[in-house]
Amino acid sequence: MKLFEISFVNISDQKGGVGYKMDALVNNRIKQVLKGDQNAYSDIVNLYQHKLYQICYRMLSNKHEAEDIAQEAFVRAYINLHTFDQKRKFSTWLYRIATNLCIDRIRKKKPDYYLDAEVAGTEGLDMYSQLSSNDKLPDDQVEQMELQDRIQYEISRLPDKYRSVIVLKYMEELSLQEISEILDLPLGTVKTRIHRGREALRKQLNNL
Amino acid sequence: MGTCPQYIVDYMQEYLDGDISRENEQQLKQHLQNCASCRQHMHELSDTVAFVKSAAHITAPPHFESEVMKRLPKGKSRVGVQRWFRRHPILVAVAVFFLFMSTSLIGSYQNNEFSVTKQPNLVLDGQTVIVPEGVIVKGDIVVKNGDIIVEGEVDGNITVINGEYMASTAVVTGEIEEIDEVFEWLWYEIKSMANTVVELFQ
Ligand SMILES: [Zn+2]
Repeated sequence: MKLFEISFVNISDQKGGVGYKMDALVNNRIKQVLKGDQNAYSDIVNLYQHKLYQICYRMLSNKHEAEDIAQEAFVRAYINLHTFDQKRKFSTWLYRIATNLCIDRIRKKKPDYYLDAEVAGTEGLDMYSQLSSNDKLPDDQVEQMELQDRIQYEISRLPDKYRSVIVLKYMEELSLQEISEILDLPLGTVKTRIHRGREALRKQLNNL
Repeated sequence: MGTCPQYIVDYMQEYLDGDISRENEQQLKQHLQNCASCRQHMHELSDTVAFVKSAAHITAPPHFESEVMKRLPKGKSRVGVQRWFRRHPILVAVAVFFLFMSTSLIGSYQNNEFSVTKQPNLVLDGQTVIVPEGVIVKGDIVVKNGDIIVEGEVDGNITVINGEYMASTAVVTGEIEEIDEVFEWLWYEIKSMANTVVELFQ
């Protein structure tokens, strides 16, 4: 019984330790980069590349675009590194750059009426299924999709303001607080968007 | 489901957030026991969450890191740029010069106008500047498109552009330069600008 307690304490210590070590490593590399050592940045890229690429891919549904935007996000972060407040979490700052770039990219591709409709989008969820009907595939084709393709397809049909919160919460597994900082939205708005995002997804999945 | 109150759906969402009060949870459970359509709705929402959570983790392509490193700008930080300016003042001056000044300078070179630095005690004779005997000029003298004869003393540099420097028993503490070619003259302008640039960055 006592042994069990001890090992339990150790596990939680390790967990805190890993996070602390990673932050310390990142801050150390940032300082080196700021001193002019460009190569130190490769450790930062190495550490966050998969998570950042995943966010971009989930947002854009296109491998080439995701790669381009994720790389661009790292480059922007590098250029603006002197503005980063090292008391804050680096990943939050980096993800914010990436999600902004993704949203810009999505809006550039969309016809204007789509944008306007979203801004005006109030409570009515019906509007969203109407709006996304443009990219909707025939039902039989959707039913034959592999699970992973189907997930990405459904995510891609969400309006981008719901897509971003759903991706950050369920795929990046971030806390609501972090999501609110990344998207620069009040916590309440993040919650509402998650609720509506889940509801919109539910309708998509059950509309076949 | 049309007859069911909206707050029941709100409770479902709060329940899925793991952020529901005990009272609301009780109310939700009671309603779900008696309402098949809300039960269905709740099931669908839970399935939706399970569906997105089953998304596989995606990894970046193989050469992602090196591609990012290739895309980084070379002369990155502002500190670095300032240092570079200080180390290469002539190059910076050349760049600044050709960007902003070339037309006006070449223009003024080509109009052949006589000019001389304003200093007290200088005597002008047509396009010839004379530093008379017994006179001490403190500071640099630049003569453009004219000659200079020094009989007294100059405590500074003398530069003659497109002209001649003549002296017999003169005392000049600084450097004497004669510039006749366009290129040399430009070079002179660039050098003096470089000194200004160096001062700016110190
Ligand atoms: Zn009901």
